[in-house]
Order: sequence, then structure tokens, then C-alpha cells
Amino acid sequence: MDDLLSEFLTETSESLSTLDVALVNLEQNPNDPQILGNIFRLVHTIKGTCGFLGLPRLEHVAHAGENVLGKFRDGELEVTPTAVTLILQSIDRIKLILGHLEQNECEPEGSDEDLIAELNAMADGRAAGSPPPPPPPPMPTFESLSSIPEPAPAAAAPPPPPPPPPPPAPVAHDPEPEVEDEPAPKAGVPAHVAAQVVTGAPLEAKESAVAAQTIRVNVELLENLMTLVSELVLTRNQLLQMVRGKDDSEFATPLQRLSHITTDLQEGVMKTRMQPIGNAWAKLPRIVRDLSVEMNKKIDLQMLGAETELDRQVLELIKDPLTHMVRNSADHGLEPTEERKRIGKPEVGKVVLNAFHEGGHIIIEISDDGRGLNLDRIKQKAVQNGIATESELETLTPQQIYQFIFKAGFSTAEKVTSVSGRGVGMDVVRTNIEKIGGTVELKSFPGKGSSFVIKIPLTLAIVSALIVECANERFAIPQISVLELVRVTANSEHGIEMINNAPVLRLRDRLLPLVSLKRQLLLSEDTEERQETFIVVTQVGTYTFGIIVDRVFDTEEIVVKPVAPILRHIAMFSGNTILGDGSVIMILDPNGIAGATGESGLLGGAQAADTQTVRESHADAKTSLLVFRAGGEDLKAVPLALVARLEEIEVTDIEHSHGKPMVQYRGHLMPLIAIDGSMSFREEGRQPVLVFSDQEHTMGLVVDEIVDIVEDRLRVELSAGNPGIIGTAVIAGKATTIIDAGYYLPQAFGDWFGRNDKEFGNADFHAPRVLLVDDSPFFRNLLTPLLSVAGYEVISVESVDKALALREQGNEFDAIISDIEMPGMSGFEFAVAVRGDARWAQIPMVALSSHATEKDFERGRQVGFNDYIAKFDRDALLQTLASTIAASKGAA
Amino acid sequence: MNQIVPAGKRPSTELAAPETQDFVTMFIEGQLFGIPVLTVQDVLGPQKITRIPLAPREVAGSLNLRGRIVTAIDVRLRLGLPKRAEEKKGMSVVVDMGGELYSLMVDSVGEVLSLPAAKFERNPPTLDLHWREFSIGIYRLEDKLLVVLDVGKLLDFTRNE
Repeated sequence: MDDLLSEFLTETSESLSTLDVALVNLEQNPNDPQILGNIFRLVHTIKGTCGFLGLPRLEHVAHAGENVLGKFRDGELEVTPTAVTLILQSIDRIKLILGHLEQNECEPEGSDEDLIAELNAMADGRAAGSPPPPPPPPMPTFESLSSIPEPAPAAAAPPPPPPPPPPPAPVAHDPEPEVEDEPAPKAGVPAHVAAQVVTGAPLEAKESAVAAQTIRVNVELLENLMTLVSELVLTRNQLLQMVRGKDDSEFATPLQRLSHITTDLQEGVMKTRMQPIGNAWAKLPRIVRDLSVEMNKKIDLQMLGAETELDRQVLELIKDPLTHMVRNSADHGLEPTEERKRIGKPEVGKVVLNAFHEGGHIIIEISDDGRGLNLDRIKQKAVQNGIATESELETLTPQQIYQFIFKAGFSTAEKVTSVSGRGVGMDVVRTNIEKIGGTVELKSFPGKGSSFVIKIPLTLAIVSALIVECANERFAIPQISVLELVRVTANSEHGIEMINNAPVLRLRDRLLPLVSLKRQLLLSEDTEERQETFIVVTQVGTYTFGIIVDRVFDTEEIVVKPVAPILRHIAMFSGNTILGDGSVIMILDPNGIAGATGESGLLGGAQAADTQTVRESHADAKTSLLVFRAGGEDLKAVPLALVARLEEIEVTDIEHSHGKPMVQYRGHLMPLIAIDGSMSFREEGRQPVLVFSDQEHTMGLVVDEIVDIVEDRLRVELSAGNPGIIGTAVIAGKATTIIDAGYYLPQAFGDWFGRNDKEFGNADFHAPRVLLVDDSPFFRNLLTPLLSVAGYEVISVESVDKALALREQGNEFDAIISDIEMPGMSGFEFAVAVRGDARWAQIPMVALSSHATEKDFERGRQVGFNDYIAKFDRDALLQTLASTIAASKGAA
Repeated sequence: MNQIVPAGKRPSTELAAPETQDFVTMFIEGQLFGIPVLTVQDVLGPQKITRIPLAPREVAGSLNLRGRIVTAIDVRLRLGLPKRAEEKKGMSVVVDMGGELYSLMVDSVGEVLSLPAAKFERNPPTLDLHWREFSIGIYRLEDKLLVVLDVGKLLDFTRNE
């Protein structure tokens, strides 16, 4: 291809993508002279250049477009969406012609009369109202040379709009059209010439200065450089390895220097490949704008951190996934304008793109304030496509279910719009992102919107990796997934513990599931007992787990090379590389390891920090349960949240008072209660005790053995008649007795609850939904199982704000139980708020309070509570609840 | 018989009469094998090989050949023969397959032979099933038979099992 032509094509396509953005900007800020000047200049440059290159079709379209833009600039035409659409159309036409030009080096056959006619009509039709400049005069001016915004039309029209738009950022590629166009002008309007002279001089100087500072370099050349530098880094590492340990080597100093220079060189070359992420975003405003017109939604696309730089190669690869995700957010995520209005959201939906650096990675967040993912649709789709069965879904948290959208063939769009739902799904997005060593996480909140977080390495070519050893083989783990390293020795505080052969580690109050690399990779078990092992705490998505390895070496910069095709099926490896010592080493893929252990990397979230909130708002979510043995071999459990601490007390410390056992515990006396009332303690040694505590009272429940902490759904299947037992539930696959902590507490303190006999209300078949508002986690945890066992579906929240948020989300309940004394909004205020809004006005409300005086009752009724119950009167609560629900149903 | 001429004596393979083909010969358990000379990149002595866990049994590991990673295939295992005794040092022939390098581990590597098409025969039907899969055919040499290995199939692990 002709050099000149290819140069023109490159420049023009750059200008065009800038134009797209600028035009959408213009639509939003129709009166910004700077944006207009910019657009005008770009179109003008295109026109000028193609006139020079002899491309008449392009020139005519650009010319007609420029006419309309000229009128915009002079304020003769109003910037309307229709007008902008027309301009965008002409830009599309220009792109089309350019595409043909690129392939065939000539303009395609055909005519643009229709478009030009429309453009001219737009320019004339409206312009008819404003007399002064008839179309011809501005034309010759536009024909002129410079790419500088022309003050000419202004000069021609008597009342000149203030100074010409400030010269936009000089672009290095402008010079030719400027010079070459010189012979073109036919009409020498003196004023124009003068203006040209004035503005031309300083600008030219500036431009040439910039031109001298930047050059265009073939991308291939840069790629080659990068490969060479990668090899250099490897060789450097190799040399360093050889000299390591030889302090007196004469090579040490020069090698040090070589090492520094190599690092600098590597950084330098990497920088040449860096591009602002904004380049990948350039198309988005246009896409979103078209979308908002087509779908009739109002969308505000915010792009933050567009200047964040990342590797060219990475940029190319994330371009499409990003576009897809933004489309998705705008198309599926955001509600139609009417719906937004109806549910009281701002009319304009927001899609926010945010990019920033974080520890050697680029984080890109795409979030919207739309409706969030449709959980039911996803479940339905998952079952339909055979990805999961109904029963499997039951055991998953919503956040886990959301991850299904990353599976192949999953589009929840009910209709295929022209925008999305074309079968290219999130699975492709995820694959693309993972291909470049990135991760993508998804969070969604019903009614609040969803957000995707993409984490990608700065560069693909060289990554930093942790070298570990296992069964005398070395492996590399990409540093991106490594959270921390834990060294476990034979005498460290917490060793690796086994639960039915599944290794776990207690790490800062949490159980960390462990994966034995030896076992996963089927490496031979070495016989010698290790004095120490290391655990590489790894994070994949929201799933955190530990990889057990024998030794940990240092981190090394490695050049990732793909594994041979015959090994691609091994999910454990993401690539291989050559280490400094010249040996080949496999790179472990944490995602694959997580997947192989059963916990798919996708289905993380079980341990995510946000599960707490999820758990509170979904009765079906998992509860952490403490499983123990006491007074018998069978398993017993209490909700872990009820247990303040696990203690082991010296048997010798147990004292008796009034025949009741107790210990001195943290400066107070703590009564000890046994499950079966037998009061038999261990003969000697230490006695495990579950400590229950509420503000001022502390009680110890004596148990034989603490078995495990499991996270499972608490669904009591058999309700027991025995006092002290809520019922039996299947926990981690075993029938387990759920202990009613509430039964034992009054045994220790008479005043803990008003009454301690228990009786459950009859199970309601429709499982009425009850909202429990109480700031005390203790009571929430106590009442939730109690009410669930009585047949209610309980949603508990800790504050009025959260409760009202549920109302905003459109939740419905059959009854509300609320505490009165709460920080922030009190129960009384809550009642007023509930009654004051139509949505929940009819829901019966029951107040719970420790102050059960007549006056309180009265006040409660006045503000809208249907009933008022003393906090510890569980029977009364259940009865009242049943009767109020019945009454309100009867009334309805 | 003088049809078998060492390749070095021919001007070049391209000019060779179409009815002869050049093969790199190698031995496994005394059996002579051949692969087309043009597919061969390198001949290596014993190498330091990194084991690859979970890889198919026949994949011995990977090694570093002048900065490129080469996957080593134990041809003995591929042909259903027992592993080579530890103390015997083997050799390898490095081949290029779709831009990837593989090293075929054999007992020893012999000379390059130029073989006439007339001496070529298809696999005898009695040949072991395992071998028939990886053999294109047989060349009748004076004193022995040469089995032509199908490198493509040898490296095609998708059809395994």
C-alpha cells in the first residue's frame, strides 16, 4: 500500500474514534465551544487530507458533515440528538469507506447523495431562519488548509463569537494536510488570511516541537524488543544464580550493574508498550449512547481512571470483554426509565467504569446501579442447562449462584436485543480474562445493581512467581494469587488439623481449607516426617484456600510460556518457564487447583467477607454451627454466633457455691451448666466449655469435646419435644441435635429470661415470612432458630435502616418483630416509619422489649404496634405472632 | 545392494528422486525405527528432565533446549515397551510439531539413510496393534527391517485410550 495512504488510514481511524467520544460529549454539553472546535477540527482534517489524496467520496461526506458542524459552532444550528445521530451516521459512512480503502486501496463504488442531502438539509433547513451566511461563503473557507479551527466563518459573519476556540492539543500527525493543501483555497477572504497568519505561527512551532518528540514505531518491533528483553532477564537470572553464594566472585560487581541495567531496560521496554486504558474505552460512550437511544433508557456512563496505563497486549485482549460487560450492564442491568421512576431511583441509570493500579495489577471495576442479577432466572437457567440441580442450588448462597453466569451458554436476557444476548456470554469474557492471567469477580445486590471487578497483571510477558518445592519438584505459583505464606512447624501453635482426612488450618479465627499439592499432583509421598511445612494462602475469586508445600524459595520474575498442546488438558498448570538455573518448571494454576478440589474457583464466596450480610438477609443462607459432643456420643450443635468463646478450664479451678459449679472467669463468677444436668466433670486436666455471654451475664456450657465448626444451612427437620433441644438437623451430612441455648441460660441466671418452659407454636404451613429487627446479635441468633422451628421464615436485620432498606427492595413480610431500644432509630420510630408508608402499612408489628410496663404497651399501640411482648417471653411471642398473623390475614 | 546411500552423498533432499526419502534412524530394544529427516531439529544426549505431574505416562517431562521448552516423550512407553533400565543412558531426537518442540526419547540414534520407495511396504497385518497405530509402514533393509514412525500420531494424545 502507498505509504501516504496507509499513514492517512491510521491517522484517520484514530481521529474517528476520538470523534465518536467527542460527539457524545457534545450531545451532553451542546454549548461547549471547545468540544465543538475539536470536532470541527477533526472532521476538517479528514476532509482536507482526503481531498489531497484524491478521495472524492470521502471528501464529500466529510464536507457535508463539516457544514453542519460549522453551523453548530456558529450557533446557527442547535445541537440536538437527531443532528448528532446524523453526524454519527456520516462518520459511520466514512468508516465504511475507509474499511474498503484499506482492503482495496480505492474508494468503493456507490453514492452518498442520500446522506449528503440529509446533511445539507439539516444545514440549510434550519439555517434558513438565520439570514446572514448563505451556504456558499463558508464553503471556500472550509476548503482551506489548516487543521486549526477556523475563525473564518466568524470573520465572515458580522457579530463574531468571542475568540476562536483555543487551539486543541496539538496532534503530531497534522502537518501534511496543512502544507499540501496550500494551493487549494480559491477565495482569498482577506480576513481569513489574516486570521490564519496570526494563529498559524505559534501553533506551528508548538506542533513541530511535539513532532520531534514522538515517533511512530512498528508494534512488531516493540514485540521483538520485549521478547529479547525477556530472554535477557532469564539470562541475567541464570547468571545471578551462578554467582549466588560465592561472595568473593569477581563477577559480583559487574553482574550487579548488569542486573540493574536489565531491570531498567525491562521497565523501559515495558513502558513503550504501555497505553492508557482509555484507548480501550474510546468506543464505549458511543455504544452506550446508541444503546440508550435504542432502548430508550437514560444512561450516564462514567469513566474514571482512563489514563491508567497497561500493556498493549493486555489492552487488546480486554477490549472486547470490557465492551461486552458495559453493554450488559447498560442493557440487562439498568432498568427502563419508567421502572426506575416507579421504584424511586434516579431516572438516569449509572454505569461506572473505574480503572486503577493496585500492587502490580490493574483493577477495572464495572458497576451499575440497576436491578442486580435476577437470581430466579439464573437458577432456572442453571437447571435448564443442566449446570446444577435444584438440590445443588438449594445449598448455594446467592453470590455463588450469580457466578453461574460465567458458565458457557448462559444469557439471562429474555429477549435477544441487537445489543446483547447474542450467545457471546460472560463465559467468553471470563475465558478471555483468564487467558491473560486475570481474574473476574462478580457481586450483585438485588435492586442495588451489580459490579464486576477485573484484576489483570500489568504485563503478560513477565510475571513474578513464588517458587515452591513439593516432593523434590519445584513449581511456580503466580504471585498475583498468593495472599500470604504460613510456616507450620511441629511445635507451632496451630498445626494442620484433619477433619475426616480433609486438612484445615486455623488461621486468625477462621478455618482455612487446605490442599495438599502432593496429593493433588499425585506426587509420591516422602516417608520422612517433616519438621516444617509451608502453606501458601491463595485466593481465587472469593475463595481462599491454602496449598501445602514442602519448601518455599524466593520469588522470581518468570517469562510465562504456554505448555505443549498435549499437556493443555491438565488444569493444574497454566504454563511453564525456564528458571535462572536453566531448569524447566511448571507454573501452577491456582484456579485449576481450586477446581480440582471440588470447590470450583467460580463458586467461591463461601468465605467472602460479604457473606455475613447475605446470611442476614436470606433465611436460606448458611449458618456457622459449632458441633460438639456432650453427655453422649451423638453430635450436638449450637449456632456459632451464640457462642462468645471456647474455653478450656482447669478442672481444679472449678468451685462450688450453693452446690452449683462455677469458675472465676475474667474477674467474674461464671456458672457452669452441663447439657444433661449430670454435672460430671473430667477427673483431671482441662474441661472444654462453651461460653455464652450477653451484656452482663456469662455462662459456661460444659461439653465433652468440640468436634468442628461447620457452615451449613440450619434447617431443623425434626422438632424435639425435649426441653433444651430445638430439634434435629442434618449438618455436614450427619444428624445433629440442635441445642437450645436459651434453655440453659436461665438455669444459670434466673433473670436471663422471664420464663424457661418452652412450647412451640404450631407450624404454619405457608411458612409466613417474619422480619426480625433487633440490634443484639444474641437475640437475633436466639430467636431465628426458635422462630424457624415454629415454621416461620425469618429474616433478621440489626437495625431499622436495614429493615427499611428491605422495604426499598420490595420485600414483603407477614409480620414484623421489632426491638424497641436500638441505637439509631428506635422501635417506636420504626413503627411510625412503617405505618407512614403504604407498602408495609398493613403488616402486623409486634414489639419486643425488656421494659414491659403498661405505659410502654400504650405507647407501642399508639405508634402502630399490634402487640407488645416482654423480650424473654417466648411462648407469648409465638402465640402473639400466630394470632396477629391470623388476625391480619382474616382482616385481609 | 547399493540403493541405500547415506544421505550426505546426495546433493540435497529436494533434488533427490521422489522415490527415495531420507530418514533419521534410531534404535529401541534393538529394533530399527526411522522418522523423516526433515522433521528432526536436533539430536540430544541425556538431558536433565523436569517431571510433569499428572501428565500422560508417556510424557517423561520437559527440558530446556537453548531457551525453548521441549516436551520429552518416552517412545518406549508409547510403544508399549518397558521403561529403559535406569543405568542405560538414552538419546533423544527433537522434532517440531506445529511449532512446538518434542523430544522423542529412544535408546540410541543411528545414521541418516536414504531409502527407495520400492523397499517400502505397508504394515503387515500381524503387527502388534499398538505398533500398527504408530507405524506408517516398513522398509526392507538388507539385514533388518526399519519401522517408519508416524510422528503425528506418536504425539497425538487426544486419541489415547
